[in-house]
Amino acid sequence: MQQFPCPFCGLRNEQEFHFAGEAGKTRPDTMKEVSAEQWSAYLNHYNNPMGKTCEIWVHLPCQEYFVMQRDTVTMEVFASEQIRKDLK
Amino acid sequence: MSGFRVQNRGLIDRHKTLSFQFDGKSCTGHPGDTLASALLANGIKIMGRSFKYHRPRGVWGAWFDDSNAIFNISLGAIQLPNCPAATTYLEDGMQARSVNTFPSARFDIKGVLDWFSPFLPAGFYYKTFMRPNWHLFEPTIRKMAGLGKLDGNIIEEYQSDQIHQSCDLLIVGAGPAGLAAALSASQKGSSVVLVDDHDIAGGSSYQQQSNIENKPASLWIRDQIAAIAGNGGRILLSTTAYGIYDHNLVALIQDSGFGHAPRLWRMRAKRILIATGAIDRQITFANNDRPGIMSAVGALEFLGRYGVLVGKKIALLSNNSHTQNTANLLREAGAEVETFDTGDNSPVAIGGKKLRALNIDGKSHSCDVILASGGLTPVVHLWRHGGGRLEWNEAIQAFIPAQATTGMRAAGAANGIYELDEALADARAAALDQPSPKVQSAYQIKALLPDINSKKRQWIDFQHDVTVKDIELAARENYSSVEHLKRYTTLGMASDQGKTSNMAGLAVMASLQNRTISEVGTTTFRPPFVPVPFELYRGVKRQQLFNPPKRLALEAEHRNVGAAMGEYGGWLRPAWYGDDDPHNTIRKEVISARTHVAIIDASPLGKIEIMGPDAEKFINFVFYNTLTTLKPGKIRYALMLSERGIVYDDAVITRVDQNRFIISCSSSHVEGVNNALEGWRQDGNDPDRIFVHDTTQNWATITLSGPKAGELLSKLDMSIDLSPDAFPHMTFRQADFLSVPARISRVSFTGDPSYEISVPTLHASALWSAIAKAGKSVQAAFIGVEALSILRAEKGYIIVGKDTDGETMPHDIGFSQPRLRKESAFVGDRALHTHAANGQNRRQLVGLMVKGNECKIVTGAHLIDQSGSKPRSIGYVTSSYDSPTLAHPIALALLENGTARIGESVAVWNQGDIRQATIASACFYDKGGGLLNA
Amino acid sequence: MTKTYSAFNIIKEAFKGHKGWSPAWRSPKPKAQYEVIIIGGGGHGLATAYYLAKNHGVKDIAIVEKGWLGSGNTGRNTTAIRSNYFYPESCALYDLSVRLYEKLSIELNYNVMFSQRGLMVVFHSEAEMEMAVRGMNAMMLGGTDARLLDANEVKQRAPLLNYRADARYPIHGAVIQERGGTARHDAVAWGYARAADALGVDIIQNCEVKDVIIEGGTMTGVETNLGPIRASRFGAAIAGHSSVLARMAGYQLPIHSYALQAFVSEPLKPVIDVLAFSSTYGAYISQSDKGGLVIGGGLDRVPSYGQKGNMPMQENVLSGIVEFAPALAKVKLMRHWAGIVDVTPDSSPLIGPSGVEGLYINCGWGTGGFKAIPAGGYLFAHLLATGSHHEISRPFDPSRFQSAQLIDEGAASGIAH
Repeated sequence: MQQFPCPFCGLRNEQEFHFAGEAGKTRPDTMKEVSAEQWSAYLNHYNNPMGKTCEIWVHLPCQEYFVMQRDTVTMEVFASEQIRKDLK
Repeated sequence: MSGFRVQNRGLIDRHKTLSFQFDGKSCTGHPGDTLASALLANGIKIMGRSFKYHRPRGVWGAWFDDSNAIFNISLGAIQLPNCPAATTYLEDGMQARSVNTFPSARFDIKGVLDWFSPFLPAGFYYKTFMRPNWHLFEPTIRKMAGLGKLDGNIIEEYQSDQIHQSCDLLIVGAGPAGLAAALSASQKGSSVVLVDDHDIAGGSSYQQQSNIENKPASLWIRDQIAAIAGNGGRILLSTTAYGIYDHNLVALIQDSGFGHAPRLWRMRAKRILIATGAIDRQITFANNDRPGIMSAVGALEFLGRYGVLVGKKIALLSNNSHTQNTANLLREAGAEVETFDTGDNSPVAIGGKKLRALNIDGKSHSCDVILASGGLTPVVHLWRHGGGRLEWNEAIQAFIPAQATTGMRAAGAANGIYELDEALADARAAALDQPSPKVQSAYQIKALLPDINSKKRQWIDFQHDVTVKDIELAARENYSSVEHLKRYTTLGMASDQGKTSNMAGLAVMASLQNRTISEVGTTTFRPPFVPVPFELYRGVKRQQLFNPPKRLALEAEHRNVGAAMGEYGGWLRPAWYGDDDPHNTIRKEVISARTHVAIIDASPLGKIEIMGPDAEKFINFVFYNTLTTLKPGKIRYALMLSERGIVYDDAVITRVDQNRFIISCSSSHVEGVNNALEGWRQDGNDPDRIFVHDTTQNWATITLSGPKAGELLSKLDMSIDLSPDAFPHMTFRQADFLSVPARISRVSFTGDPSYEISVPTLHASALWSAIAKAGKSVQAAFIGVEALSILRAEKGYIIVGKDTDGETMPHDIGFSQPRLRKESAFVGDRALHTHAANGQNRRQLVGLMVKGNECKIVTGAHLIDQSGSKPRSIGYVTSSYDSPTLAHPIALALLENGTARIGESVAVWNQGDIRQATIASACFYDKGGGLLNA
Repeated sequence: MTKTYSAFNIIKEAFKGHKGWSPAWRSPKPKAQYEVIIIGGGGHGLATAYYLAKNHGVKDIAIVEKGWLGSGNTGRNTTAIRSNYFYPESCALYDLSVRLYEKLSIELNYNVMFSQRGLMVVFHSEAEMEMAVRGMNAMMLGGTDARLLDANEVKQRAPLLNYRADARYPIHGAVIQERGGTARHDAVAWGYARAADALGVDIIQNCEVKDVIIEGGTMTGVETNLGPIRASRFGAAIAGHSSVLARMAGYQLPIHSYALQAFVSEPLKPVIDVLAFSSTYGAYISQSDKGGLVIGGGLDRVPSYGQKGNMPMQENVLSGIVEFAPALAKVKLMRHWAGIVDVTPDSSPLIGPSGVEGLYINCGWGTGGFKAIPAGGYLFAHLLATGSHHEISRPFDPSRFQSAQLIDEGAASGIAH
């Protein structure tokens, strides 16, 4: 059982969290022309790195999404931070 | 000394005598005995048979390092399979049976298999039993295999406690090193937990009769325990650390006695100290599997803990200095002991069921027990679970902990430090996270090179009957990776998971390949360290508490009026009301709903509020349908899509006012919808301008549906004008019910006029009572989910996930406009215009009709195209009912290009039977929709 | 040297102390150049090499494996073999695999112990039974065997399961695929390895691909710890580590890697004769020939390359299995482990060009790679030999994600994968 640091609630057990995807992905502006390639890349292309990764997680009890940096091999967690920068 | 029991030694309670049976033979022992020690004391050496050749087996080790003596044990009504004799404490009245033997371990008819052993080398089954088919041979082989027998009985009270705790330092092993470490750390104010798998602390100190730090061992131990406890340290005995998991979570199993479920401790430790000691390695020599050949450390354990002398005439065979004192200790206890160096000699054990002699250097030495010590082997399993590395130490001929991960150390014998004083210093340093003192070890060991040319059989894995020849064969056939070796020969796959066999196996492989043991490497150490019952993981997660269903606020009220409860979308809801034939009951409920009025508990429907200045823009983005045009007080049906354009849920959305919406989504999707809403809110929107709040459990909802719904509602005296013009379909009102705020949505899931009345959950009961009372005059009926399912199907209203699947897009179920016209971005928009989304053969929602006198179509039947050589599935039936309203069967289906085929006939296929149906619109009831607005 | 495996040869060898058996495979030094290099010496890679050599006459093949043969998911799974899928494309694919498995022991002259003891998916409500009928009919129309069992028939097949009134989820019925079963996982790898080696395939263990050599957009070699090795075509069959190679070669995959755990109990005398699955309990069980109860369940919740399991899923799976079969509460877990599986958005595999010229991929099998080994190898060999898809593998081309023609088994069938 891993423990993840929710930036709002602190260290909590992994069951309270849900993986919401790799960080850094931007939704294409669908009001403009989006090619099939672009759309497919948005939906389907993952880095899935072995080692350090940066991901979006949601802490289910508080419903806050946040960014977490961790290692997919050692399971070490390096940092987590809220998505919003303006509240710091 | 009486028999094999030695006076004045051991921790057993000699004042009490316990009776038990082994393989039908009556025996006695004392509290504190294990079954293995009691049997040895009774002079019984043969305690089991090996797995493959059914060779007689005695115990090898005195604790977890024995895989030979495994029993099925009954005590009263409780029977447990596969109990290791060496770690199961004796209780009065136990009946123990050796596993996989008939009639007994001593006389086992399958012992004849050993005669055929030349034909059964490692992996023989890979080379035969192929024709005609393995499955023909398999049942016989399966019956031959397996160890214990599982009775089908369920022990009702067998429930594990599961406890979460944390500490600064967890120390595994309460031997001298563990105790010293615990005291040091607790003195510094650390919260310390010390665990030991025995029921008494002291570890290896019971083997040697020596002082510790100038005190008798028992006194020293007592003092340490008192001091640790005084400092607030916790000591858990009979507790085995069986696995280390990510982020320093250590799983502990605490024994609760035979037949009682053990306790699970999930211990989160800032630091972990492995002080698990060392066990004896076996020696590979001819006939080394004979009963009576045992670990030297084990013999001292039997003597020190249980007062059992394992033999009267003992041959001690050793390659290391650790056994120097062993002979003396055994002699003091009354045995005759001869010691032998393994040297370059090839010893041979002489004897069958009874050991007679050790032949060495051309001489025969009679004996009844051979103690074999191939060197101490640190117990590093947990170290590896925790991600620690191992390195081969040539001087002590063992793998010892090397580079640690953060927060984990090893100390004492587990760290390859065998001298007591050095081990204590090492442990104290580790406890304080200081560097280990440099140690000059006095321990001497000669490298053990097995005689790989011996013609005689030399055992490596006692339980699985893996011999040197098997390893040779594996090497010859190039199964030379250590994992191949293990898997091909089954070496180390016995119930001790290689604790007794791995090192010997590696040594043979190294000899065969002219490599060093460190080059051969080890197999992976996997948890659990000792087998643990499945129950340990279950605890309270049983029966109704395994994924507990959600309960309605009105459950008691429903049960009072005879509701049959069923589980729907994770909620326990009334399926129907009454004890009569369900089919008839449901039919009557439907008819009541159509002719008068139905009362339905709709509380599980989602009620997610979206508020804020950007709420409109946000909700318009998240949902497929255009919602900017929704006026306050109005309600609109909308679909939520995934980014792949697939229908994820449907909802009715109420615009309460300009900046406030209530999303009433499917009961089973509330969490998913809420997560999606939060995700979009926080990623890509200004979260300060949108607020998402799930109030599903704060409101109870009762729906009135049917021609008399308005009349019933009017009796509740909520002072609202219910005329269709004043309160039309798809609008919303706020009212008071008994001075409590109530919400009324005029929205229908049946096709008849319906009102959903919601009040805060606390007032659900009052609302229910008022409706039930008022309902009598309009012949209102309580109806359950089953009737509601029929009502909605008659109207062609879908249940997402039942009438849609993982391919269904909104235009497949009749919602095409936003896809073509919506002027702003929305979730899944681009996905609705892919090659696949534009395809001609999409499966679309249709209705199916059969003749009134025919039986209904089976839900799950497929629709087929018979034009090719084989029938091809072109869709399937998603919902199907005998419609009480229409008096003929109806069905909903997803069908390729279905909307264009309305009116045509289609073949319906179920398990090979074919019948015809007519494709229809999905709406069977009030197609014009006039009733909704009445 | 004795090469052929048979009862007769075992008896013959017994009199010679089994000293005449030839190596199951060689341990050759890699050549500088091959026609085809298969990356990954698991079941799929070994089967691919075997079928390339046997069906397509390609002789100059190397398999490079960073550890030992079968050290990935091939040696870490729960050995279930089945083809109970929803879409006809999947039925065709997995049923090809079952059919190849049916003949595999004899074809390879290596007993892989394919035991067609039946695979039973149990359902716990009338709503689930409706989905069961939908799935069963799909299987039958897709060319796979399937049969509906009522609750009594389920009880006859598996008396061990929970038929008590207080069961969390009562048993309403099941769909059984009688041809489903289990096989000895290591034997599948070894059998293919031995047969491929006999056809001249160089199997190179402990050879890790450190980088790819791409010249003018075409892959021409791999850098390994044993030096560079070149070839004109490459096939990668590396399951959970597919994204690692993708990163080296510069493409991205629709794959997340997760740990999938498996559990085995101490050996017991036979207690269950069928594989029993329950999505609702999130667990399934079978009994190995040795007697251990082999148990599996869902993925761990954290994307991972760490080949070990975590407690939350252990608790979910084992509490589920005990509720499914309460007599197992007192049975002891002997070992648990995990493999890294490659999960695609539609729970269907990827077979096709990687996007880099010369490199083809076979991955994305998720939790179901073992059952697909013969078909995966057979179809991937076809692709590598001819440069074009076999009819059965075409729908699984990675391009389906661009055209959004997913084969969404996860969403469609309601069967745990």
